[in-house]
Amino acid sequence: MKMGKSVRETFGIALAQLGDTHKDLVVVDADVHNSTRTELFGKKYPDRFFNVGIAESNMVGVAGGLAASGKQAWLSSFAAFIMCNAYDQLRMSVAFPNLNVKVVGTHAGISIGEDGPSQMGIEDVSLACSLPNFTVVVPSDEPCTMKAVEALGALKTPAYLRAGRPNVPILYENGCDFQLGKAIQIRQGTDVTIIANGLMVAPALEAAEKLAASGVQARVLDMHTVKPIDESAVSAAAKETGRIVVAEEHMLHGGLGSVVAMSVVRQHPVPMRFVGVKDTFAESGKPDELLKKYGLTADAIVAAVKDLPKK
Amino acid sequence: MATPRLSVADIQTKAKQLRRDIIECTTAAGSGHPTSSLSATDIVAALYYGGILQYDAKNPHWPQRDRFILSKGHAAPLLYAVMAEVGYFSRDLLPTLRQIGSVLEGHPNMRRLPGVEASTGSLGQGLSIGVGCSLAAKLDGYPTRTYVVTGDGEMAEGQVWEAMMSAEKYKLDNLVCIVDQNGYQQTGATKDVLDLKPLAPRFEAFGWFAQEIDGHDVGQVLAALDKAAATKGRPSAIVARTVKGYPLQQMLASDPNHHGKPLTKDEATQALALLA
Ligand SMILES: Cc1ncc(C[n+]2csc(CCOP(=O)(O)OP(=O)(O)O)c2C)c(N)n1
Ligand SMILES: [Mg+2]
Repeated sequence: MKMGKSVRETFGIALAQLGDTHKDLVVVDADVHNSTRTELFGKKYPDRFFNVGIAESNMVGVAGGLAASGKQAWLSSFAAFIMCNAYDQLRMSVAFPNLNVKVVGTHAGISIGEDGPSQMGIEDVSLACSLPNFTVVVPSDEPCTMKAVEALGALKTPAYLRAGRPNVPILYENGCDFQLGKAIQIRQGTDVTIIANGLMVAPALEAAEKLAASGVQARVLDMHTVKPIDESAVSAAAKETGRIVVAEEHMLHGGLGSVVAMSVVRQHPVPMRFVGVKDTFAESGKPDELLKKYGLTADAIVAAVKDLPKK
Repeated sequence: MATPRLSVADIQTKAKQLRRDIIECTTAAGSGHPTSSLSATDIVAALYYGGILQYDAKNPHWPQRDRFILSKGHAAPLLYAVMAEVGYFSRDLLPTLRQIGSVLEGHPNMRRLPGVEASTGSLGQGLSIGVGCSLAAKLDGYPTRTYVVTGDGEMAEGQVWEAMMSAEKYKLDNLVCIVDQNGYQQTGATKDVLDLKPLAPRFEAFGWFAQEIDGHDVGQVLAALDKAAATKGRPSAIVARTVKGYPLQQMLASDPNHHGKPLTKDEATQALALLA
């Protein structure tokens, strides 16, 4: 697979483009716009860009006020800081009044590497999903992120976009058919379904290749939208493949796995396994070393599939 | 156990060593925040070598110890350097900074490294933790004093000001907040991002005793810390004017902030020569 840009970089590029057509689009940042890449927008449209300093909860309130005054407000910081530091503000100044605020959490997951656990958002998806009115999107690659930003720009309600730090392989070289709330089946299969998003879609595909070598045909779904979950894709996966593994670069609690499991149980219960960060903080280290140590690899997905009851 | 006060000249020599350690370990790690560590080095050297902090490196959980909280946790290399130099752990660990398995994480983790008093890295939280430590010391009747170092950009976090109000309310004269006022934060100069100057009068308006000093003049740092210790009935703030990356500002002139990136190997060699 060809390497592409990071999701955060692509987000920055897409946002600066969105500003061309959306004249009411404003961006707020909290002293990290060189990391979150909203500086690309800020350089292009300095009048519509606000840096409030290291003050995340203030940033969210400011975005809420801008949105209540008719703007579409995008705000960004590290996933950990935005979701954990400003949660009440997200709840009261954005979610409850159902405002046109788009929240972008970058440096999500353990793949940020050396900076360590304090900077790693591993609970952000769970927190975002717990905010009523929020749409929650975890894109996997460059083309997918371009489309996701565009789609969120067309939405009038609150949303959370998760963006990782490292460069990621391009999965959709021929363009990504991205629709909010619709999973993308990126590999066909009937023996098991691997549902993944974000950084874990590439290892899911790799795992599917490995499984194919031992005669197991795995379907792979890129579940970029966690909320609202694609109920029909989940139902079809359960009915047609009978077994499901969910893989995400996030804590198992409250993430994609929990959301899919609820859908599976309600619609068509089948055996499931979950690949994600167990109930622990990670540590500093190189991204690849950490992904291996904390079980977020193709091999971990293969092992999870093998752990399922045989069909 | 009383920690002795070294002479100003000896503290300066120690500070030089800390600076060398900071540069070496961040360049070896290939990431980290050397310039944020260098601006606060003289302050931290004065705390550990000036007989200010009462600590026992061999007994890090000694209940009556003073507390040092590095609220700007990204300056962890400085904390690790001083902890190694005073004997909390072997200097051999310094080159493992930021490596998998190492207790020297990118930001301080009190659960993995005894002697670290607070797990920091999300800015704005250290002073509140300091308030808690100071309240506990009063409850226990301990002579414990708590020293918190914050960044100047960090002062934008509302929580810092909430902590200031708590400290005033409880008359925490055992608490000192030292602001490393290096004039820069991640995305630029504080005067452009968020200008909180003048800071000392703002502390005073919140009921604190505030002093403004040159944070690279060890004599001034010690004098201000002594004055803070002698102040009764209210918390003390020391606004320390510093230079980010001190004393490498000439080398780093094209990017005086040089935030969150290590020196290249060549730059490090040049810097170590300056600090020989
Ligand atoms: C809550 C929070 N928001 C953002 C960051 C990212 N960040 C790390 S260092 C830094 C700048 C800090 O500036 P300052 O406090 O002035 O410290 P300096 O590096 O200048 O010593 C920022 C924004 C963070 N660590 N925590
Ligand atoms: Mg600063």
